[in-house]
Amino acid sequence: MARLVVLGGGVAGHTTATFAAKWLGKEHEVVVVTPNAKWNWIPSNIWVGVGEMSKEEVTFDLAPVYEKAGITFKQAKAVSINPEGKEGADKPFVTIEYTGQGKAGESEEVTYDYIVNATGPKLNFGATPGLGEGSQIGENTVSVCTADHAVHANQELRKIFEKAAKGEKQKILVGTGHGMCTCQGAAFEYIFNIEHEARKAGVRDNLEIKWISNESFLGDFGMGGLHMKVGGYVVSSRIFTESLFAERGVEYITGAHVSKVEKGKVDYELLDGSTGEEPFDFAMLIPPFAGVGLKAYNKAGEDITDTVFAPNGFMKVDADYTPKPYEEWKASDWPRKYQNPTYSNMFAAGIAFAPPHIISKPMKSANGTPINPTPPRTGMPSGIIGKAVAHSVCDLIQNGANAHLHEASMAEMGAACVASAGKGWMDGQAAAMTVYPVVPDYEKYPGTGRDTDYTFGEIGLAGHWIKHILHYLFIYKAKLKPGWTLIPE
Amino acid sequence: MKQEEVNFALNDQFNQSMIPGRFARAMRTCKIWQFIRFMILNIKMIIVVRKSH
Ligand SMILES: Cc1cc2nc3c(=O)[nH]c(=O)nc-3n(C[C@H](O)[C@H](O)[C@H](O)COP(=O)(O)OP(=O)(O)OC[C@H]3O[C@@H](n4cnc5c(N)ncnc54)[C@H](O)[C@@H]3O)c2cc1C
Repeated sequence: MARLVVLGGGVAGHTTATFAAKWLGKEHEVVVVTPNAKWNWIPSNIWVGVGEMSKEEVTFDLAPVYEKAGITFKQAKAVSINPEGKEGADKPFVTIEYTGQGKAGESEEVTYDYIVNATGPKLNFGATPGLGEGSQIGENTVSVCTADHAVHANQELRKIFEKAAKGEKQKILVGTGHGMCTCQGAAFEYIFNIEHEARKAGVRDNLEIKWISNESFLGDFGMGGLHMKVGGYVVSSRIFTESLFAERGVEYITGAHVSKVEKGKVDYELLDGSTGEEPFDFAMLIPPFAGVGLKAYNKAGEDITDTVFAPNGFMKVDADYTPKPYEEWKASDWPRKYQNPTYSNMFAAGIAFAPPHIISKPMKSANGTPINPTPPRTGMPSGIIGKAVAHSVCDLIQNGANAHLHEASMAEMGAACVASAGKGWMDGQAAAMTVYPVVPDYEKYPGTGRDTDYTFGEIGLAGHWIKHILHYLFIYKAKLKPGWTLIPE
Repeated sequence: MKQEEVNFALNDQFNQSMIPGRFARAMRTCKIWQFIRFMILNIKMIIVVRKSH
């Protein structure tokens, strides 16, 4: 009997664990180590953050789902990995620390034959003074990155709406809280959902709503922007995005590294080296992401974290990490199998793998501060990678060490992104976009780096319907209800 | 002033972009047109999803 341990029960880890359990059956064991008792459909946190959904609607208990699937569930966080075992014991193991199941604080060594790191991001609020400490958000801003954060964000937003309803002018600032953030799409959704709700509540005229972002242009989204077919034209996402901001009266600051946050004010530096301040009454700033800080030790107990993980804390996989200038970046730099180069029974999926480099053009301010979005790894790629890794591990277990590993390069896969711009079955809107491939391949598509037949976008109610239906569909799938395997990632 | 022109006047950022007019905005929430778009978008997305797996 082989044991697969999956670290992290988010989009990627849940996909890996559930497919692996299905394919491996009862002959082998699948263990999930994840610190939260509940699964969260993170994209819908946006609607929790504007009071359009409750926390209960976007989360569910993992334990019964894992019990049904025959998966061993350990409500714990992984702390370190010993891929060579330890003195006197050859079996590799992961050290975990329980956060629930009546064992909070207790440690355990869980041995494995294969391990998949799908621990997602550490929300690195501590990177910007005043944004927070470590992975904890501070008091000056709100976040929608977790369901609890989103509940709090909505409570604070209601206070702003109440003041605006009384005729007080209020300023809302939404965007990224550091020069090296990713996940601009989530902030984009939040700002337009706030704008939509403000109009519904009749308080829009008393709100100044402003965007601040590390993207060098609107619509970069950490992918260097994209060119898409709209109304017979092939246009840059910049034009598409600027149009939406102008239509909805949302001013913007781009190319900004937020360097400090205080109560009611952010300091920022721009690409041209100039600095500025922006006051606010309510701010939602996405933190930069880092790896969750797992350590690794060899058999002798020596620290080998640098061998297994990149400096940003994400796990090294089969990518080409050789530093090279932007002009020499290639689609083939991106990983295909997500296998750790040193320990072949170790994989990473979703946000947890270390990308070879960013996707957007690297930029520095005149003072040398890097201000560029880091690569997004959204739900669809995370799920597809999680499933490919599950496939590989199952084949390795069932067919032996020479089994063919499954591939899922972000330079060969597309992503469907539906960015909500306001909720409502009759008056909602969303930008429905697809991009193919996620990582541009200028050798294959010399013009824009992408296939414009499969890269498109449009805004409308239909996009909202898709977004809302996906909410139910993905929660249904994650609960492993009948036919769940038929729903694509 | 037409509604789409109001924001052009607000600042240079907005002045240099394109803002949908009344017809384009109406089509975005027109149920019949959006139902047709819904079908088309789903087909296009399924194609991209299939190409990606
Ligand atoms: C507000 C918001 C909105 C978004 N909207 C969209 C969208 O509309 N569409 C889209 O495609 N993507 C969206 N995304 C991105 C999407 O959520 C991510 O791409 C996806 O969650 C990444 O999956 P993952 O499994 O890598 O990480 P996660 O889903 O974050 O999962 C990581 C898991 O690991 C666990 N973990 C953390 N530390 C440890 C540890 N030490 N040991 C064990 N487990 C650990 C975490 O608790 C979590 O369960 C959004 C993100 C945010 C924040």
